[in-house]
Amino acid sequence: MEPLTDQNWLLSVGTFLPLVGVLVMMFIPRSEEATHKLIGIVTAGATLAVGIFTLFAFDYSKAGRLQFFVDAEWIPVINAGYTVGMDGISLPLYILSMAVTFLVMIYSWDNMPDAGNPKAFFILMLILQVGMAGTFMAQDLILFFVFFELVLLPMFFMIGVWGGEQRKYASLKFFLYTMFGSAFMLVAFIALYFQTGATSFGFQHLIEAGAGIDHNVQVWIFAGMFLGFAVKVPMFPFHTWLPDAHTQAPTQGSVILAAILLKLGTYGFVRIAIPMLPEGAVEWAPVIGILAVIGIIYGALGCLAQTDMKRLIAFSSVAHMGFVMLGISTLTTFGINAALFGMVAHGLITGMLFFVAGSVKHRYHTLEIKRLSGMLIQAPRLGWILGFAAMASLGLPGLAGFWGEFPAILSAYSPNFGLSEPLFRTLMVIAAIGTVLAAGYLLWLYQRTAFGEPSEEFSDSHGAGVAHSLSSAANDDDHAHGGIYDVTPIEWIAWTPFLVGIVVLGVYPQLLFKVFNPGVSELVARLGETLG
Amino acid sequence: MIASLLAQAGDWTSPSIDWAALAPEIVLAIGVNIILLLDLQLAETKKWAIATITGFVLLGSFVAVVVLAVTGDGARSLFDGRYVVDDYALILKALFLLAAYVVVLLSQTELEEGGYYQGEFYVLLVCSVLGMVMMASARDLVSIFVALELLSIPAYMMAAWNKRNRKSNEAGIKYYLLGVFASAVLLYGMSLLFGATGSTKLTDIGAALLDGDLIGLDVVAVVFVVCGFAFKISAVPFHQWAPDTYEGAPTPVTAFFSVATKAAGFVALMSVVFIAFPGADGVYQPLIWVMAALTMTFGNVLALRQTNIVRMLAYSSVSQGGFILMPLAFAGEPGVGPAALNAVIVYLIAYAFMNLGAFAVVIAVTRKTRSGEISSFGGLFSYAPGLAVAMTIFFASLAGIPPLAGWFAKFNAFKAVLDAGTTAAYVLAAIAAVNTVIAAAYYMRVLRVVWMDEAPDGDTSPVKSPAPVVAALAITVLGTIVLGVLPNLIARAGAIDALTGAFAG
Repeated sequence: MEPLTDQNWLLSVGTFLPLVGVLVMMFIPRSEEATHKLIGIVTAGATLAVGIFTLFAFDYSKAGRLQFFVDAEWIPVINAGYTVGMDGISLPLYILSMAVTFLVMIYSWDNMPDAGNPKAFFILMLILQVGMAGTFMAQDLILFFVFFELVLLPMFFMIGVWGGEQRKYASLKFFLYTMFGSAFMLVAFIALYFQTGATSFGFQHLIEAGAGIDHNVQVWIFAGMFLGFAVKVPMFPFHTWLPDAHTQAPTQGSVILAAILLKLGTYGFVRIAIPMLPEGAVEWAPVIGILAVIGIIYGALGCLAQTDMKRLIAFSSVAHMGFVMLGISTLTTFGINAALFGMVAHGLITGMLFFVAGSVKHRYHTLEIKRLSGMLIQAPRLGWILGFAAMASLGLPGLAGFWGEFPAILSAYSPNFGLSEPLFRTLMVIAAIGTVLAAGYLLWLYQRTAFGEPSEEFSDSHGAGVAHSLSSAANDDDHAHGGIYDVTPIEWIAWTPFLVGIVVLGVYPQLLFKVFNPGVSELVARLGETLG
Repeated sequence: MIASLLAQAGDWTSPSIDWAALAPEIVLAIGVNIILLLDLQLAETKKWAIATITGFVLLGSFVAVVVLAVTGDGARSLFDGRYVVDDYALILKALFLLAAYVVVLLSQTELEEGGYYQGEFYVLLVCSVLGMVMMASARDLVSIFVALELLSIPAYMMAAWNKRNRKSNEAGIKYYLLGVFASAVLLYGMSLLFGATGSTKLTDIGAALLDGDLIGLDVVAVVFVVCGFAFKISAVPFHQWAPDTYEGAPTPVTAFFSVATKAAGFVALMSVVFIAFPGADGVYQPLIWVMAALTMTFGNVLALRQTNIVRMLAYSSVSQGGFILMPLAFAGEPGVGPAALNAVIVYLIAYAFMNLGAFAVVIAVTRKTRSGEISSFGGLFSYAPGLAVAMTIFFASLAGIPPLAGWFAKFNAFKAVLDAGTTAAYVLAAIAAVNTVIAAAYYMRVLRVVWMDEAPDGDTSPVKSPAPVVAALAITVLGTIVLGVLPNLIARAGAIDALTGAFAG
């Protein structure tokens, strides 16, 4: 279908606007910390405003078509273009990345990690934002690759400089794993380029021409892409970087990592690997499905074994991304829709959980589950928010998490394109058991941390905490000196959109499904045509 | 006998020489003399002026190259096609001159503070550059050899420039002995090649090798010539001189070796491979395949273990050489030739910027820390954030992370290899992919020290960089970023089928 080219400046502005903030901040001395924070937040806010404008300018009746489409020359020598566009599949993720960055920055206003230096921290977040938004708008493999890799360095430094005790190990592990995947992914991209006649790296061309590639070649090229994307998702057995990275990253890093970066991998499957290599996708679907379900069970069991709250949430990410990948592996409209919904829902919910974990760490200076208890007494609002996010995470109907998990499991009942029904139905059953385990570990976490009496080591500071929770953000500096206080105004501002999003999408999932569906239907229909 | 010689000389008429085409070389040759004469006249306190003059000489030559590139219509062929000024030659000449200019910027303060032999240093540097500039145009075995010696012999002396330093002497001696050995191997190969084909002109050799089957003599000749150049580009297993020489030589000289001298070796190798050896692709392709795979792997694995930054950069430079070499392993596959040539040129240009930049940062930082240990870079981000960011840019670019110049260079190399589409190509691409990750490990380890470690002994006084080093940093940072974001600037430069005499068939 022909892309729409109206208002085609919008995406470029929305993606590159953060660089303006970066440039301004580079010329301001490091000591002006408040100025840096302000510039960062204003830039991210302006970017989000452009994003919201995009949201209104988007023609939802044509959500299956690329809009705001630009196809300009970039590196003609290798036939790579500056090709950007947005359809219903990308749009929610694109906006989500902008919103998350903005809210994370607001949260950083009085929750800077210990290493300080807001100048560098905010600059890195802005660069990260460029990479994330760019990945979702790119419609050219090379452009996609550049943005996909652009997020690596800022995240490496965020974990490595502002992270926890094991940060150096975790950051390098994160980096090398991703590098490993993307090196093979790049080889696969170039192989795909040559196999389709070496005329263009544009998605549209590759989707049209990719189906004609020899069956075995498709399987091999898919393998290369699988490595790149599966590491990013992360799928079992490539997930081992994730718990370390998440646990060691500063709260802001964890939130961005969980909410957006993991989605780059799943998005790659939906946008690139599957449509361009239909036969490869069918061959690989059972493998993806099996690994996804192993991930669900393994992640859940991993959660049950954790003693650290943040590490537990990280392992729950492995399980949740398993559901997303299971949905994708069915190659059905239903499953892929569920997967896309799951990506957004997981972004909101797990992002929220990491926020709470960060705030708990800030107050208790520990995340060890057995040392925490009675949060509902000491900081009731924080405790309730944790409970709310945990319920959403375990897939309670009426909250966003449900619409990612349940349809994904259901879609495995009848996979598409002759995929083995017995296999996928078995996977469905195992995945369903996974949801029970999820309820188990999340409720157990909640029970141990929020219920009961406050443990003795923190009970002294209770009184001081109440006073604090009423005080304004102005004397936030006191917070660092201990005391268990409740949710601060800044935290409310940063968190409310997440909470509202979880409820709204849970009550009215159609809001997202109707945006995703046209694109997904077309994708699956095209698969059907080429696979016969 | 004299009479007969004179009689012959009487018949000899001077070939018509296109002096304009030789302008860059002439400017450099005159410049060498000016610098030498000035050095004799100048008082010791005014020696600093020589660096500036050297800069102008290089600039003058650069202007000549640019003028030739803008006004030139097609290739200019001199001396019966043995010396050719085409787009290929001009691009590489420009690269050599630019790299030399950055090296002058880097050397300036180092030499002034060291306080000795400034004039001689620049004379040798310009001589070496003259050899490189000639190399880009040489299309005859003899002129290639002359150019190679002209660029190498000054380099041997520059390696030993810190003459009171044992390591620097060791660097010079090692470089000299192995370099001479390599020359001997090369010369032997060339003489066999001349014997087998009856000509020293590359195009004639190419025609002769294409004509009929290769005999054993041809094979030996090709292998010897390729191995001779392999020393210059420090390809494994001919790389042993590199780490010791790089560590011992003064750091600006090391930067010069790792970029310019290496590029010159590649230029010679490319000229020979593309023009003289199209008929011998069955010989050089497997040889280069093995060398490329070994070079990138050994260079990387050894780099992982280094604790000295210059030694690490030396091994990294070895391994980058493997990546540059990689496309040449498929230069003879049908249709791949231009892509391989393009890939090598693009890589050389990108590599020049990022590697010179990396050395510039090392020079700037070691001026303060006086230590080459990687651990001495700890805390750099806290007391010199500008240098830390510059270092991040260069190292990330060397690791091939977009949007910095190195990614496009690596991408192009992969693309040329996969263009061949054979099993051997896919295997080499896979080896290279694994190597990218290994390389990322040691580049990132340095960045980890820079960003995440505390300053050793708590010394966090800011770094004061002299203006020439700052200028060098500015040039290289700008080049690394611009070429990464708009790679078409170099991609087009490399996309030439103007290597005269190649790809004719």
